[in-house]
Amino acid sequence: MNLWRKPFDLDEKVTEPVKMHIDIDRCKGCGYCVEFCPRGVLKMAGELGPKGYEMVRVVYEDECLGCGLCEAICPEFGIYPATEEKGVQPTHA
Amino acid sequence: MPKDNVLCGEFFMNGDIACAEGAISAGCRFFAGYPITPATEVAERMSERMPEVGGVFIQMEDEMASMNAVLGASWAGVKAMTATSGPGFSLMMENLGLGVMLETPCVLVNIQRAGPSTGLPTLAAQGDMMQARWGAHGHYEIIALVPTSPQEIFDLTITAFNFSEQYRVPVLVMADEAVGHMSEKVVIPRISQKELVNRPRPRGSPEKYLPYDSRMGLVPPMAVAGEGYRFHVTGLTHDERGYPVMTAEAQDKLVRRLVDKIKLNAKDIVRYEEIDVDDAEVVVVSYGIAARVARYAVQKARDEGIKVGLLRLITVWPFAEDRIRELAPRLKAFIVPEINYGQIVREVERCAAGKAKARLVPHMGGGVHLPETVLEAIREES
Amino acid sequence: MTKMLTVEANPMDCYLRVDRIPHIWCAGCGIGPATGCFIRAIDRAELDPNKISVVSGIGCAGRMAGYIKLDSFHTTHGRALPFATGLKLANPELNVVVFSGDGDLVAIGGNHLIHSARRNIDMTVICINNFNYGMTGGQVGATTPLDARSTTTPYGNFEYPFNVPYLMTACGATYVARWTVLHVRELERSITEALNKPGFSFIEVLSPCPTVYGRLNKLPRGLDEMRSYREKSVIRDGADPKDVDLSLNGPIVVGKFVDIERPTLWDSYRQMLDRASKL
Repeated sequence: MNLWRKPFDLDEKVTEPVKMHIDIDRCKGCGYCVEFCPRGVLKMAGELGPKGYEMVRVVYEDECLGCGLCEAICPEFGIYPATEEKGVQPTHA
Repeated sequence: MPKDNVLCGEFFMNGDIACAEGAISAGCRFFAGYPITPATEVAERMSERMPEVGGVFIQMEDEMASMNAVLGASWAGVKAMTATSGPGFSLMMENLGLGVMLETPCVLVNIQRAGPSTGLPTLAAQGDMMQARWGAHGHYEIIALVPTSPQEIFDLTITAFNFSEQYRVPVLVMADEAVGHMSEKVVIPRISQKELVNRPRPRGSPEKYLPYDSRMGLVPPMAVAGEGYRFHVTGLTHDERGYPVMTAEAQDKLVRRLVDKIKLNAKDIVRYEEIDVDDAEVVVVSYGIAARVARYAVQKARDEGIKVGLLRLITVWPFAEDRIRELAPRLKAFIVPEINYGQIVREVERCAAGKAKARLVPHMGGGVHLPETVLEAIREES
Repeated sequence: MTKMLTVEANPMDCYLRVDRIPHIWCAGCGIGPATGCFIRAIDRAELDPNKISVVSGIGCAGRMAGYIKLDSFHTTHGRALPFATGLKLANPELNVVVFSGDGDLVAIGGNHLIHSARRNIDMTVICINNFNYGMTGGQVGATTPLDARSTTTPYGNFEYPFNVPYLMTACGATYVARWTVLHVRELERSITEALNKPGFSFIEVLSPCPTVYGRLNKLPRGLDEMRSYREKSVIRDGADPKDVDLSLNGPIVVGKFVDIERPTLWDSYRQMLDRASKL
């Protein structure tokens, strides 16, 4: 990332890439996440998912900062941060 | 005024007011309505009394809004009612259907006036009886009660609330302008909570709750908004989970249950009053204000020696099929004086199945029959 | 019914009826992001989900009620608002949200819309405006721009549409905003503000409709319509609602237009009860 000035806490606040998970059962290949990701992390995969839609793939994993825009703009609730523990998230509320 | 502000005692009041008081005695605490002659007085009385009993009154922008507000209030757990007449009744039909589909307890009062269309706003008729049964689209079953006096409109409004809660269905009180606007003595007893019916409530945990669970019977337990059940209900054809399901199987299951829950309990719902029917050769079948004229005619006919009886329908829908079928073989004729050009007479004819004649004595509306007209028919058929 | 076992789960799934996901909305439909904004708004505002009731009408947007895991009511066409009014008046503790489409709320439900705003009843209305009647195949609606094509205006729409924020402001709504589904962060914040604000809050959410409106108006993919939002939208908080009407090629003014205080229905109702008790 090209910064025109260096933030004072750049060395402390080391950004960790966030791993985004794409739910291939839900994705309908609309392309919003690809289009609106501010860092160009995602690209259309060129192959079809189980429902016949073109899938999306995380291409530049290290560039992702977890801003969550893809998660927010996805119409299908189909892209979200992967968790460390595998398994279904416990429900709250 | 007693502490909870519900009336008790003997009063001289008109039908509309008695209806409002009946609702209050039944526990109704929400009224949404729109002014329409001759039902306006129900709304006006409710606007005065709802704040006194801790209920809510709101005049909505039209009849469709009124019906929907009543449904919403019922889904918030409050007994709710609206009152209207012909034109408003027509407007409420779609959402009456929603009430049937969602299985919402509520009461809809129709103080009938002459139609069609604007008709005679200030005069009585009984022209909405078939509409009461079939007015909303789709096939469904409904309960309609018909009072014949201010006292009875008070009593039947309470019955209407009880039926609506018991069977989770909107119940219609099909009065008419004559009963609505006449003033008579009304005795309002102290109603104990035990006499009032409340909707079946869910018992298990919210996670296991199914809004249309028919495993325990035809009437599913009803959760209301805000209790944590997080249910979904829809006017689309749905399954036990309340989710829309677009299949003929789901439709079959749902429509059968919606109809059966009333039809199979008809014995408990159908009510009528009989006078001198035991040895009768001719029976006058009547309801509402027309029944008062019919009673007089029957009395006069008996004085003339004619063996005639009166079957006064209190529940018009579901129709008293069994009783008509029972009586038909031993009668010469049923005489049906009604203030329309022939609606309930069709049901009588259908159930008589040719074993007895069904003779209509119509009145187009705008008044009531002359007793002589009914008497003449009785003489001719006996 | 086979249960899909997902290794990962969307943290927002606890607000969704996952047994009904994937939903019926088309690829690129904006109702999904709008629903997501709504869910994140309730989650981040830490509102009690048990007290939130969602009422919707008929149409694509109306289907949202079936996907959200809250007390939800899918009612008849145009009548979500009076149903919600009944719910709220009978139980003022409920946080009532009406989530429906432009045809449902502004056309057939128009009468109820103006009266609910007039009453300033405490509820939040999220109006998904996709400029046509999507569910029935793309017919013209009260918000379809002049000259736009639809299945019932094959030669172009010859009627002027509503300027919905202007309408709502004139009727007395105390919070009026418009966003597109591109503005996910702003929309989420707006919904949070609206949920927490007493009185009638109205948020118009412009959404792509790729299958019908978009396809008939030279925006065949959802992406095309979203790109047009990116190019044409301009955020003007506090803009005069009179000036925010939409046209086929004009700018799309979004923002929070109205945020005022006015006694709510409950305030004036309580005053009435006071007067009644003194008699």
